[in-house]
Amino acid sequence: MNKAATAKECVAVVGIGQTKHVAARHDVSIAGLVREAARRALDDAQLTWADIDAVVIGKAPDFFEGVMMPELYLADALGAVGKPMLRVHTAGSVGGSTALVATNLVAARVHRTVLTLAFEKQSESNAMWGLSLPIPFQQPLLAGAGGFFAPHVRAYMRRTGAPDTVGSLVAYKDRRNALKNPYAHLHEKDITLEKVQASPMLWDPIRYSETCPSSDGACAMILTDRAGAARSPHPPAWVHGGAMRSEPTLFAGKDFVSPQAGKDCAADVYRQAGITDPRRQIDAVEMYVPFSWYEPMWLENLGFADEGEGWKLTEAGVTELDGDLPVNPSGGVLSTNPIGASGMIRFAEAALQVRGRAGDHQIDGARRALGHAYGGGAQFFSMWLVGADSPAA
Amino acid sequence: MPEVRTAPLVVEFPFTRSLGPVQSAFLTGLRERTVLGVRGSDGRVVVPPAEYDPVTAEEIRELVQVGASGTVTTWAWNPAPRRGQPLATPFAWVLVRLDGADTALLHALDAPGPDAVHTGMRVRIRWAAERTGAITDIACFEPERSEPEQSAGNGRQPIPHDGEFADPVTGITTPARLDYTYSPGRAQSRYIDALADRKTIGERCPSCRKVYVPPRGACPTCGVATDAQVEVGPRGTVTTFCIVNIKARHTANLDIEVPYVYAHIALDGADLALHARIGGIPYDQVRMGLRVEPVWTDDGRFPDHYRPTGEPDADYDSYKELI
Ligand SMILES: [Zn+2]
Repeated sequence: MNKAATAKECVAVVGIGQTKHVAARHDVSIAGLVREAARRALDDAQLTWADIDAVVIGKAPDFFEGVMMPELYLADALGAVGKPMLRVHTAGSVGGSTALVATNLVAARVHRTVLTLAFEKQSESNAMWGLSLPIPFQQPLLAGAGGFFAPHVRAYMRRTGAPDTVGSLVAYKDRRNALKNPYAHLHEKDITLEKVQASPMLWDPIRYSETCPSSDGACAMILTDRAGAARSPHPPAWVHGGAMRSEPTLFAGKDFVSPQAGKDCAADVYRQAGITDPRRQIDAVEMYVPFSWYEPMWLENLGFADEGEGWKLTEAGVTELDGDLPVNPSGGVLSTNPIGASGMIRFAEAALQVRGRAGDHQIDGARRALGHAYGGGAQFFSMWLVGADSPAA
Repeated sequence: MPEVRTAPLVVEFPFTRSLGPVQSAFLTGLRERTVLGVRGSDGRVVVPPAEYDPVTAEEIRELVQVGASGTVTTWAWNPAPRRGQPLATPFAWVLVRLDGADTALLHALDAPGPDAVHTGMRVRIRWAAERTGAITDIACFEPERSEPEQSAGNGRQPIPHDGEFADPVTGITTPARLDYTYSPGRAQSRYIDALADRKTIGERCPSCRKVYVPPRGACPTCGVATDAQVEVGPRGTVTTFCIVNIKARHTANLDIEVPYVYAHIALDGADLALHARIGGIPYDQVRMGLRVEPVWTDDGRFPDHYRPTGEPDADYDSYKELI
């Protein structure tokens, strides 16, 4: 076989749609919510339902939202009748891995144009309950989600000597970035650093203002091949690399502060994309930061800083919108968290940056951007690197 | 071979659902003894109504009223009704194509036995006395013994309907419940049995030699069975912790006074930390490296909390690989 027949197809993002993320969308059913995002993605790509060959959806674990089979219930809302429809499960990282499954279907030439979508209506469920099922013979989780992650934040502070103000800097930055993103949930117009630092300590060392909100929202993308990209009315984002990695939630030797699976996932993506110096070669990052301290932790895990040095980038303003490595220009998970969709929003926001279509939170001249998601007890990782230029060019 | 424990596990939650325009009209209609369907792009009437066309995927909003009587298209006898099903006595699950509809609705048919049910039989809705805007407003179907009533919507042709009702239902509660018999398996059963004697038993991986507490029966890293039991603790070291200042709904901490310390504790001899509360010391004096021991209550399966032993703090290097 010749090389053209065996090499992977290049994959492009030609349509992106999000709902305005809010605390509660009482006006729509779940079908209506996903429909809104899908419709906006189709409109962005100037495509119709008939142009879609397959649908790949993801959502948070079933208990978060009710025992359900969304792939069954949402087939008509997503135009999947007569087409393949797949559902992806990987806890909080699901939005990212869902996008990657869709990407791989195009890269493998199984389908030419795929709609991928992720959603969650946190207002109609209780994620905390979903995480705290009363398993017989097991000690109940005593502290909630923040209580699960806060000890790891303390371990990071101990390991690196980071001053305890770093978390508030991240929250202050992300909430200001969200003011430039019309789809973000939290729009705290009068946010100040003092207000962040004065907010109540919930799970010391994590303050209320350093935690993510509960949101209702959906995010959709249209992925297509080179021929589809050539017809795109707007510049596409090209997928230069994508990878997923998993590890157990608990095992002897697990590094909770900087999990090996995260390092391996990033290394794989950089290898595929030809990235040797992520700090210099990547122009914008959308990473999954549900508690503010995870920004410096992931900066190290993803290779943007040496071990122990991540917090220095945050403290020096490097990750600000006008810094030389902007992180979460959209406002991030700290400003918007429909859990099942949060990973896909990271991937979509990275794509918006390299398409030059991020609006007021656009990073000037962004050519390469990283989208990152993680989930479970830092168990699943998924990432992609998207670029303004075709990888074939 | 130890006795493997089992216990019931009930997972139950009152999920809520916003209805959107079409389901809102359908359920509010049931409250008013009116069954609504929606006309699809091919002219067929879909009951219960869908928001999006099953053929073209376009949004469909042309509501019509259909009859309260219909024809059974297929059925199955349910000899042993379960909790929450429409009838407490044996009944038939039926698909009913209501008069004027082109699709069938799933519901229950009250019939004396399977001999009284057949495909093609005529049935009608038995309305619930108390109706709230839910599918249970149809109590069940019953065999139609007389000619259909000649009132609005009871003919064979659907009637256009604007879907407007006073005081529409916009959301419903959909309680979900799953009943399991849970078994933690042999390794955890051994662990639980040992706790009754206030001993903590881990298991060592034959390959990497790490000691797992609580044991799961296998090493997640090596993928091999763990079978060597190792007693660990009772003392241990706080590897990291947080101070919990809020009581979270839907978690087990509602009965604990805040603030309290939630800590990761590496028991002596264990290769990963377990999670527990620290007591017997002011919350703001807990620190990484603190040496602790379990405090039991008479009726507790697990230690109630851990308290300082009074030993010098452990050196950071001795536990840094465990955080
Ligand atoms: Zn092992």
